[in-house]
Amino acid sequence: MGGLSPADTPAADAPQLRVELRGVGKSFGGTPVLQGIDLAIEPGTVHALVGENGAGKSTLSKIIAGLYTADEGSLVVDGETLAFGTPREALDRGIATIAQELALVPALTVAENVFLGREPRSGPFLNRKRLRRQYLDLAGPTGFELDPDAPVGSLRTADQQKVEILRALARGASLIIMDEPTAALAGHDTELLHGVVRRLAAQGRTVLLISHFLGEVLELADTVTILRDGRLIRTAPAAQETEASLIEGMLGRTLGSVFPERSPAPEGAETVLEVRDLVAPGVNGVSLEVRAGEIVGLAGLVGAGRSELAHAIFGASRRTGGTVRVAGEDVAASVHGALRGGLFLIPESRKEQGLVLGRPIRENVTLSNLSGLTAGGWVRTAAERREARALLARVTVAGDDRRNVSALSGGNQQKVLFARALERRRRVLIADEPTRGVDVGSRRAIYDLIAEQAAAGVGVLVVSSDVEEILGLAHRVLVVRGGRIVAELAGERMTEEHVLTAAFAEPITSGKSA
Amino acid sequence: MTETRDRVTSTTAVKTPDTPPSFASRIPWRSIAIVVPFLVVFIFLSAFPGSNFLTPLNITNVLDRQAGLLIVAAASTLVLIAGGLDLSVGATYMFTAVVCGTLIVKVGGVAGAATGIVVAVLAGLLVGIVNGIISTYLRINPLIATLAMSFILLGATKLVSQFGKEGIGQIRVDFEEFRWLATTKPLGISLPIWIAFVVIVVLGIVLWRTKFGRYVYAAGGNAEAARLAGIRVNVVRIATFALAGLAAGLAGVIDLARTPSVPENDSIATTLTFTVLAGIVVGGTSILGGEGAVWRTVLGVLFIAMLYNGFTLLKIDPLYQGIALGAIILIAVGFDAWSRFRRR
Repeated sequence: MGGLSPADTPAADAPQLRVELRGVGKSFGGTPVLQGIDLAIEPGTVHALVGENGAGKSTLSKIIAGLYTADEGSLVVDGETLAFGTPREALDRGIATIAQELALVPALTVAENVFLGREPRSGPFLNRKRLRRQYLDLAGPTGFELDPDAPVGSLRTADQQKVEILRALARGASLIIMDEPTAALAGHDTELLHGVVRRLAAQGRTVLLISHFLGEVLELADTVTILRDGRLIRTAPAAQETEASLIEGMLGRTLGSVFPERSPAPEGAETVLEVRDLVAPGVNGVSLEVRAGEIVGLAGLVGAGRSELAHAIFGASRRTGGTVRVAGEDVAASVHGALRGGLFLIPESRKEQGLVLGRPIRENVTLSNLSGLTAGGWVRTAAERREARALLARVTVAGDDRRNVSALSGGNQQKVLFARALERRRRVLIADEPTRGVDVGSRRAIYDLIAEQAAAGVGVLVVSSDVEEILGLAHRVLVVRGGRIVAELAGERMTEEHVLTAAFAEPITSGKSA
Repeated sequence: MTETRDRVTSTTAVKTPDTPPSFASRIPWRSIAIVVPFLVVFIFLSAFPGSNFLTPLNITNVLDRQAGLLIVAAASTLVLIAGGLDLSVGATYMFTAVVCGTLIVKVGGVAGAATGIVVAVLAGLLVGIVNGIISTYLRINPLIATLAMSFILLGATKLVSQFGKEGIGQIRVDFEEFRWLATTKPLGISLPIWIAFVVIVVLGIVLWRTKFGRYVYAAGGNAEAARLAGIRVNVVRIATFALAGLAAGLAGVIDLARTPSVPENDSIATTLTFTVLAGIVVGGTSILGGEGAVWRTVLGVLFIAMLYNGFTLLKIDPLYQGIALGAIILIAVGFDAWSRFRRR
């Protein structure tokens, strides 16, 4: 390993690394993904990249990280023109990536993960004492307080990211690329990670930050680069940008408001969803009501039991107590029963819980309602095609619906799930993290769909880590903590401060809540 | 790490959303991969001077011998697509053949043949259902569950055959009441081939055009998504195991009528299981579930059969058969991995 050994890299005087792109272009299969990018990343700064999905942010960061090679132009590091063939070469020059999908070994300890592959040894054996000392030398200056002996699998996601960052530092990284680091984090953890980013910059390291959260970008970054359709729109100091100016740059037009006009909260409408004393894994006695036409937000920290509650209402987890009634009728504690009763859940994770990625878009749309499209077990393909196309048109997904759903962007995949939800008349729609990983343009379309459903008399329950989203959409907010509803906020009390106060009311203990 | 990170879509900006794919990437390489080598070997053997490959006698002989295997492989394809794996089909096949033979000998006459056939096929079905229940509701990995089931069945086979045997030697079922199953030749083609044909077509259509077929793909492609879409994944999987058991029972009966002595050799069972899996994998159905097709399995099984037949016709030492087959499986699986990688 040609790089610096960890002991030689006290974080305080991290090597400064100036990375520059000159006229960089890249195409995939003849489609240009990046064109004529000129960009200089100043050492010791937080440099953000923003743009819609497919704008080229990730491709750009992957060229810097050595995962891709540019077709045109050059990459200049400290005045030297380089072409990294592999991530290893980039790493040797001090460039490391913290990916969205963390590459940690859950069963190993924090220290072992940080020095994975370069553990201090005595003969064939791991030298635990030296490992621990090296770890403390490395972690001390960063201010990360992690137990070096805790197994990584037991840590919360934000802490796991710290482990990844420490690993990058252990390998002598001075430019750290972070791709959506806070996507999987909620409230407090996001704050923690922001602190980490600031500390890295303060030590003279450079952070290249890719994020969908514009608030985060404006708060953290010194410089912001906007990409649109593979072109660099502008690079400017963050102080000169606003959320509106960034969105305008990313879309090439003004978006108007992010959230749709809110119809007034329905007064005296019938209660479509009534949950009483629900007990299930992660849910400890929840009662709530949703009226027809009402959008209720479920806020809370990750691990507070929001998704567990959504699953329990939908009959997808074992219900051990309580009742769920839709429009006055008891709903059986099974997914099948919930669907029949008029409930529908758009799950948190499209890829893992929502879509069958290897199958066509059309089949994914009709999956929940095939019985309505079959005659004697036989799929009526003409009817299916008609129905799928009509639904896809409603949710504005264009193109051939025989393609695999994996070919769609995140936003369009989410719309496919909405199309599935719209297929039958639902009484209650539960949307768990409806806009996670969705670009700004599609986000608005999804909010419109939610608002439209509510206006049509459907009771909507929106689960989200994004407090702004909940406040922008919902008529009423329920805050979940420890599997219970700890606050109900409506009207003027619906503020970010109130939501966060309720969500955090108890001190957070380190480690993941079960 | 329960918090899922599903934002990969946003980063893999490699595929710009909704760009029309290039022509080459639109060809479903995976699904047609088996066709090319199949045709190459087919044409090669047909054209080889003096090989006698493309003669009605040789072709019908090969097909007749493959009929049972094709039936089992077609049904096992559904198990694999639904996300399961059945290693017990070979043992089920042998077990049902022995049950059938024993009943024929013990009961005798037309009644014996009828009871034998019905009980054997139902026994196969029962084994399949048990396999399904163990590997779904009891949450035992299907690989282990069906492996265990194999050992149980191989033991049970010996128990039953001891009961059926009189003295030493194999049970022979050389009775016309039973053998007609293999010897009848409607339109000049033997009944086993016809049965295999019907099973293949029916299973192919079930998978392709029915609600159940959709559910099979969904259960294997993404079980959690299927469950949240209201599909009873366990029931679907049990049904596929049941079909595989039923098919193994049917194949056991057919091959018993063809031979017509009861096979009593564990290696027959293992070879059948392995050949079935090899045929499915060579055909391009993924061992990971969620994709595949019956017709591809048929081509895969026939490809292997054709290869073996070619070795015989060209008088190549049969020692090389195993080596060639192993190499072909590796190529097939390697291709599968490569196409998955490409698609990401």
